[in-house]
Amino acid sequence: MAVCVSVIAKENYPLFIKTIPTENELKFYYTVHTSLDVVEEKVSAVGKTANDLRELYLGLLYPTEDYKVYGYVTNTKIKFVIVVETSNTSLRDNEIRSMFRKLHNAYVDMLCNPFYTPGENITSKAFERIVNSMMLQD
Amino acid sequence: MSWASDLPEELLCRPMGLVVLTGLDVTYNAIHKTIWDSFCNNRRPDRVPLNFKVLAADHEYPKCRSKRTSYEWYIPKGIVKSNWLKKHLSLVPAVVVIFFDLDWDEQMWKEKQVECACKVKIVRDSLSGRSTKVAVVLIQRNAPLPPGEDMVAAERAASLCNACELSAKSLFVLPHTDHLLGYTIRLENAFYELSQSYYHGEARKIKTHKEFLNKTTHQLLFVRHQFKIAFYNEMKQDSHTALKHYKLSYGHILELRMHDTNLLEIKIIAGYINYKVCRLSFQHNAPLDAIAQFRKHIDFFKSRDGQPELAFEHSAWMSKQFQMFADLFDEAIKMGLTAIQTQHPGIYYQQAANHAVARKQLCQGLCHSSNQVISPDPLELLDKLDYYGQRPWRQGHHLSVEPPDILRERDGIQALQQVELKVDHSWLIIPLLSSAVAQFKKYKSPRMKRYLMVQMGEEYYHAKDYNKALTLLSRVTWDYRAERWWSLLTSILSTLLRCAYLVGNIQEYVTVCLELTTKYIQCSPEEKTRIQMNLVRVMACDPPEAEPGCNMECVETAKPLWKVNHSPDEPCVFTIEMQNIVPFVECKAMFTETSFTADCPIVIKVYLRTSCPFPIRFSSLAVLLNEQDYNVHCKVTDGQPINSGDEIEADAGDLYLVPNQIRCYTFSFLVQKEDVGKSIEMNGVALSLGSQTTRCAVLHWVGGGGDAVSSTPGQLHHHPGVIRGHIESNPEWDNLTILSSTKIETRPARVNIEVLHEAPVLVNEFYYMKINISNNEEKPINQISVSVGLQEGEDSAAEQSTHVNDGSAEFDGQVVNCRTDVTLPPLKPGDKHCKDVYIKCLQAGNRKIDVKVSYCVDVSTEGASLSCSCCKDVTLDLNVVEPFNIAVNLASMKFDKITSVHADAPFLLIPTLTSSSPWPITIEGSTLQLSPFLSFEGDQPDTQLKGVSLKKDEQASECCCLVAPPSMQPTVAMGTYTVNWKRKSTSDTIPYVETSIELGNVAVEHIPILIKADIEAYGTVRTCLPVTYTLYNKTAYAQELHLTMDTSEAFMFSGHKQMHLRILPSSSYKLEYNMYPLVAGYVTLPKLQLNMLRYPGTMKDIIQSMLPSHIFIKPIGKAATAS
Repeated sequence: MAVCVSVIAKENYPLFIKTIPTENELKFYYTVHTSLDVVEEKVSAVGKTANDLRELYLGLLYPTEDYKVYGYVTNTKIKFVIVVETSNTSLRDNEIRSMFRKLHNAYVDMLCNPFYTPGENITSKAFERIVNSMMLQD
Repeated sequence: MSWASDLPEELLCRPMGLVVLTGLDVTYNAIHKTIWDSFCNNRRPDRVPLNFKVLAADHEYPKCRSKRTSYEWYIPKGIVKSNWLKKHLSLVPAVVVIFFDLDWDEQMWKEKQVECACKVKIVRDSLSGRSTKVAVVLIQRNAPLPPGEDMVAAERAASLCNACELSAKSLFVLPHTDHLLGYTIRLENAFYELSQSYYHGEARKIKTHKEFLNKTTHQLLFVRHQFKIAFYNEMKQDSHTALKHYKLSYGHILELRMHDTNLLEIKIIAGYINYKVCRLSFQHNAPLDAIAQFRKHIDFFKSRDGQPELAFEHSAWMSKQFQMFADLFDEAIKMGLTAIQTQHPGIYYQQAANHAVARKQLCQGLCHSSNQVISPDPLELLDKLDYYGQRPWRQGHHLSVEPPDILRERDGIQALQQVELKVDHSWLIIPLLSSAVAQFKKYKSPRMKRYLMVQMGEEYYHAKDYNKALTLLSRVTWDYRAERWWSLLTSILSTLLRCAYLVGNIQEYVTVCLELTTKYIQCSPEEKTRIQMNLVRVMACDPPEAEPGCNMECVETAKPLWKVNHSPDEPCVFTIEMQNIVPFVECKAMFTETSFTADCPIVIKVYLRTSCPFPIRFSSLAVLLNEQDYNVHCKVTDGQPINSGDEIEADAGDLYLVPNQIRCYTFSFLVQKEDVGKSIEMNGVALSLGSQTTRCAVLHWVGGGGDAVSSTPGQLHHHPGVIRGHIESNPEWDNLTILSSTKIETRPARVNIEVLHEAPVLVNEFYYMKINISNNEEKPINQISVSVGLQEGEDSAAEQSTHVNDGSAEFDGQVVNCRTDVTLPPLKPGDKHCKDVYIKCLQAGNRKIDVKVSYCVDVSTEGASLSCSCCKDVTLDLNVVEPFNIAVNLASMKFDKITSVHADAPFLLIPTLTSSSPWPITIEGSTLQLSPFLSFEGDQPDTQLKGVSLKKDEQASECCCLVAPPSMQPTVAMGTYTVNWKRKSTSDTIPYVETSIELGNVAVEHIPILIKADIEAYGTVRTCLPVTYTLYNKTAYAQELHLTMDTSEAFMFSGHKQMHLRILPSSSYKLEYNMYPLVAGYVTLPKLQLNMLRYPGTMKDIIQSMLPSHIFIKPIGKAATAS
């Protein structure tokens, strides 16, 4: 399914990034980082119309030749970015949405851990297990 | 790779119909030259799109091949011939125009007509087989007559057309007169129509071939024919039809059978047609169509990469496709299209660059240089192919699945690889990236822009342009650092370090080393160790070890750089700004207090902590203050060389820092007297690495420390330690807060100020204050100065109504609201000074009065004697109140209250003072300053209030009798009333003060008659009481009066009881009565009633108010009887 799952802090630094082909990790880092441009633009576009509820799911951020990048921003401005391969046509918008929901739930569960300080890098094994479940189904 | 990816020029240009002009001698004939110029010069966009050419009349046009009657046995050799486009753009004309000098009234008409017909024939012959239009233009000297009038012209035109076998519509006349350009434009439009019909005909001709084609052998022809039709339509300027046919043609391409041997040709033609489709779609303002077409195109061909040995060809082609589309997109934006953040040319430039990178990698993998010369050269014909996109060594074999000659094929491939090896890929990639950077910048994608800049920098690195790579990469690190994407920063810094090493840039090298050894950087510990060792080597003037992964040749050239550059003779000192990077050594400097008094030493603490893998020795630490004189006190130096490893125990100058241990350095110094009141700030902290005499890096922090991360947005303050991420936070370090400025305050004063006074202040009085200053210091104080005055910042009304005077109670009208710097003699410990101050406030309200005492005293601190100036002030809140109220009443002579007075009639003025002061006041006197409209009745009386003293709420009043002479004004001012007074309790030295009030205005009424009653103040029972009433006529007329005297029970009287009388103007009449009181007590007088005939009824009340109504009658006294 996904080839890269990432959680980005409110201040835009990475909290968690996992990629499947680990040898090309850096490229995915750049992909996720550059996608923040679009995320920021989309989030700020909503802010202008004020007090209407923003949908957390931002949809397809931008397509590249090989990958599609999807974004999701929580109300606390934590960003989730998922990269899937363009060749993977089985993934519909709905599947992506449910992936994000799952990821959001996992993040919230992780955040409830009293030993986790918000803003720290995510090292939770349970969280990683859920992320792996979203990535491994090839 | 030009053979596989570049678009030919004839495809890129805008197709325009070709019109050939013959019979013009542009070299020798001036008229012909001007005609030609009018056709070809200054072709503005509003003129018809045609391409004009001048050729000789006997020019040979390309031969038209005999048209095939059947396609049955025809097998096409390729899709589109490479010369076809060029042929129709510039060789085969749509129209040939024959210019001929001939006037209608020509003498030798017959001969000329034959000559013209001959020329037309020559042209027709050279165009044999083509349907090119022929037109004749007669150049004439005379302006033509209006149509239908010149019979000769009409007749001769007809005969000329006949002779030339020309339709009348193809014969034109060009009078060579003033309006040449106008005629030219009309001719041009006519040619344009002819050309359109020519291209229309050509397109139709090709359409008719369609029915002969079959799907098995003629697949290529479907593509070719649609392409040609589209192109003819484009020449015809019918872009909509052209687009339709290009799309059809593209559709046919996708149906072609593709195999390795023909794939390149198909891709190239597909690329051409795709280019046309996209371009026309953008032109028709249908960008979405263009984008959709391009996506389809790329999706279809993306995976068709052809022969694996030539895979780079495919990447080159892909790159070119993207670049081409990006250029078209960009062009459309310049024409007014708007793009968005997720759909703009930059994305396509970026993809083009990505494919170019892929091409480079494929080339590196597939091509190996060899010196083997292959003969005959299979690429001999590379630039002269018959059909677009075919292999030069096997042209025309479009349909065969296998290459005809395997060996030849191998040679060809090898030759192409050799050509590819010569390409400098980096210079293809970098311009693409830089175009993309420009676009992403425009469409609000700063991070993407930065990423592309990183790619560019890396490409420069691969291209061995290390200096460029260095500048480019060092420009973007800041943002990755600020956003704390450490993994990306690590990768960029590693490249930077290699670049810095290879160009021998020490400063950059050291800067990168400082950062690469920090805890944030995700290098392996071994890597960090290696980097730190290199850093130590560099700072000790030894060459560092080469960075792994560098090009070996470049390493060899770099090695001498590190040796030669850096001889220890001339010291190399450079500064590195720490706020721009995240160095492995952190610094926090602070003043221990936010303020220091002048008699205490200032203490600065500098905390240092390193996070590199090994201990490191710095050479000096200095705090730089804004007052540079103190800098000498804030410096510590380590005498050991950088590479001496052992820690010297308990040495104050030790700057040997062990990883993750916090070191504290303390500095202290005394301030100079002049700097009291100033604030001292740290401009920076400088930590030197390496020896000052040889090579030294000065690590400079601005202010009290902090690096690129800690100085970026203040999240750190909300969650200390959080931002540092997974690195274990050190509370001891995190709790240290930087304090980079402190204030030097004056030493607290030890004197006592006591102010004695009796509030509240009364308006106008001289308010007495006594200031006692007593010295509580242990030493005598001198240079004592006292300032008393209104506190600054009070409103201007208070400023202008408050007068302060020291020593004496004086006021000369000049308000001085502050007495400053009154000097007093020195004071021994325990002694005290007194000072008298008087304040006069001219208005009620609140005032704040400052009393400030400053002095100097000698203090001994740490053995030294310091002269300190100290200062103390006291603020008094003073409430200013009015001392009394003055109310003024008017009354008639009968003490009745009145509001207006009668002219010439006396009245009473009664001022009443009511004291509102809490302190008793004494009144010295009062004066009544009358206005010219009033005067005293009789002499001015003496004041009746002299010596009166009033307590709070007590009243005092006096009374004076005034008269208002007749005047013209209905109301008159009365004057001023002044009271001289002071506080009762004060001593005699304080003078009385005056308080004046305006008495206001009074209305003066003119009464025609005035009655004065002359009567005793009292009468006695049974004693005669004479009463005289005098009637005065105050008018200029004689007045008639009727009077009656009423009887009264209390009196018997004699005199007129009733009478009628007349009083002349300004004269009077005296009425005399003798009253005989009958009863004692306050009794009513007999009522005198007057009736003025001029003013019937109105005067009654006025007259009654002038007359006494009662009188007191005493009984007969007993004493009188006794005597």
